[in-house]
Amino acid sequence: MSEIATLKIWRGPNKTAGRFESYEVPYEPGQSVLDGLRWIRVYKDPTLAFRYSCINANACKECMMEIDGETIYACTTRLEPRAMTVEPLGKKKLVRDLVTEIAPPQERLRLK
Amino acid sequence: MAEPLRAETDVLVIGSGAAGMYAAIEAARAGCQVMLIDRSLIGRGGATVMAQMTVAVALGSQAPDHWSHHYHDTLTAGRGLCNETLARLLCEEGPACIEEMDTWGVGWARKDGRITTAFAPGHDRARCVYVDFLNTGPAVSKTLRGVVNKTTGISRSGDLCVVDLAKSDGVVTGAVAWHVGSGAPVVISAKATIVATGGLTRLYRRNSGSANMGGDGYAICLRAGAPLIDMEFVQFFPIGHLAPRLIGMDPIMWDPFRYKLGGRLLNSRMEEFTQSYGVPEDGKYVITRDVGTYAILKEVEAGRGSPHGGVYLSFQHCSEAALREAFGPVIDRLAKNHIDLTKMPIEVAPIAHYHMGGVAANARMETEVPGLLVAGEAVGGANGANRLSGNAITEALVFGRQAGRTAAACVKVTRAPSPPDARETLDLLRGEERKDAPNTAEMLQALQAIMADDVGPLRTQAKLERALSHIDELDVALGARPFGVAQPFDLTRLDWLDLRNMVTVARVVTQAALLRTESRGAHQREDLPGMLPEWRVNQVVRLKNGRIEISRMPAAPIEMAAQ
Ligand SMILES: Cc1cc2nc3c(=O)[nH]c(=O)nc-3n(C[C@H](O)[C@H](O)[C@H](O)COP(=O)(O)OP(=O)(O)OC[C@H]3O[C@@H](n4cnc5c(N)ncnc54)[C@H](O)[C@@H]3O)c2cc1C
Ligand code: FES
Repeated sequence: MSEIATLKIWRGPNKTAGRFESYEVPYEPGQSVLDGLRWIRVYKDPTLAFRYSCINANACKECMMEIDGETIYACTTRLEPRAMTVEPLGKKKLVRDLVTEIAPPQERLRLK
Repeated sequence: MAEPLRAETDVLVIGSGAAGMYAAIEAARAGCQVMLIDRSLIGRGGATVMAQMTVAVALGSQAPDHWSHHYHDTLTAGRGLCNETLARLLCEEGPACIEEMDTWGVGWARKDGRITTAFAPGHDRARCVYVDFLNTGPAVSKTLRGVVNKTTGISRSGDLCVVDLAKSDGVVTGAVAWHVGSGAPVVISAKATIVATGGLTRLYRRNSGSANMGGDGYAICLRAGAPLIDMEFVQFFPIGHLAPRLIGMDPIMWDPFRYKLGGRLLNSRMEEFTQSYGVPEDGKYVITRDVGTYAILKEVEAGRGSPHGGVYLSFQHCSEAALREAFGPVIDRLAKNHIDLTKMPIEVAPIAHYHMGGVAANARMETEVPGLLVAGEAVGGANGANRLSGNAITEALVFGRQAGRTAAACVKVTRAPSPPDARETLDLLRGEERKDAPNTAEMLQALQAIMADDVGPLRTQAKLERALSHIDELDVALGARPFGVAQPFDLTRLDWLDLRNMVTVARVVTQAALLRTESRGAHQREDLPGMLPEWRVNQVVRLKNGRIEISRMPAAPIEMAAQ
């Protein structure tokens, strides 16, 4: 049997109304946690929300989240064949699931 | 659903890469109110921040150069199809933009006080400036974002994805966007609108770009009535990283290594092979992108590929000291990925990288539709059938600056526009959740597979026809009403909106490729090898009553242009 990574992911619209859900992801050496999250959207649940743009380059700095309690980029963290906890940034306002409001205030939509 | 949010500005800039940010700065400096928006975060979502290599410009800082030499090389690389006026603008105005970026503190690499220039394939001399180490794009993006912040008159908003342009009386007077952050529709009215949304490489499974590069701008402009040109010419970057799996670095990262250290391309017999395709390398990096891509794919096809379906790139002839001097901290990042270049080759293969085609524009960056301007990779024509390394950032800066200028001039003579007609798009965004909706992420992956397998660099009539019928099937599955919900960060709805654009653009690329019955530059028809003189034409794409129509327009002869 091939190895499995189990991602325990925070789902919900805010920090009180939500729950952890577990997803089993086929593990291949060298993959990133972001690869795992993208795999979940294609094969399990397309409604899972997380931010990312550059996928591999670690240039956009949008995929910051908390993985096993550590604040880190999902695209540079290796997926491992074990249970891993993935949560939104604790100090930022939650938008949904793993997405938080990370843009500086002057770069957000502000309409009269 | 609640009433849409509304905003008003002089100039609306869609997309905050180098082109959009330069446009915003230039228009604001001329006294305009500017709104700069991006579907991702400001300055982070597109290709600009990801660029690692070089910027081509005839600065003459180390040895004599003149824009006309750069121009000549650009036209040669474009295989006879460049739009002369746009190519000339790129080459002639490049130095001024690069120098302005220098005064803004971008930090071009220097030696003895002079800006250093590197040699890149297709250029007749060392002409490419860069920021060490592999930091060109991040530095360009950060610098422009800093200037945007300091320039009065520019309001900015990320998480704002433009769904369609809005018109009144045939004039583009703004856009309708979907605020990804809240799920709310936003109607923006503007006296001038600049589309600077970048390229389309997300259409392909293996690509060097970001998740925001699905060709939105091409689809949006096409629906607003603006023609596209040269859509069959998608540039593949020959040596995209393939294996071993590497994280934290973009797959095109090997190019700078080749600029500085040469490197050897080897097949499975560990033999160099580019000489069989007419380009002996002898340790120097000289092969252009179209020829490199062709040579590698042909080697693989002949059964001489590497285990993962590419070829090898080796720096084993370089000493550790030489590697360290050229790439400093990057060597440590490679070590973390268990790659030691002194001991092993890596595997590389062509990867979708840039789009030569795009929205047709004149030298003022005006499209055929009044009120609508374009800039950057969204513009088609400057690079013809094949782009030279380093020309894309120059194009983004120069075209961005020009679009900003033209927009400012246009604002001065425009009265407050009548409110844009946004009804149709607002109605689309009002869509209810569909219970039996297919998985959008899976559909996106399916589209990428179709394009990669059948509309890649090597094409045949049979493959292109098969692709078209698969695209049609996806289109039917997508339907006319969006999936997902109008809620914060609903990626299902965003995917649906993306697929709507991507399906259109995929169809345009494939149809244009099918019609071009010859091989030229990035468009190689295996069933029709060789360039034909009668195909020295640009194909022009329009949307008429929802149908794609493609016509031809003679391209300017290179002999005339090269003087
Ligand atoms: C990895 C990589 C490396 C490269 N290296 C080089 C190099 O070394 N030298 C070189 O010359 N060129 C290079 N290129 C090409 C070059 O980077 C691009 O052509 C150039 O940066 C394009 O700039 P732009 O401003 O037109 O678009 P981008 O920088 O791509 O910006 C477009 C912006 O538009 C936004 N957008 C898209 N659709 C919408 C929408 N519907 N609503 C709102 N916003 C939207 C995107 O989020 C993005 O932020 C590279 C490209 C890549 C991918
Ligand atoms: S996806 Fe861009 S930094 Fe992680």
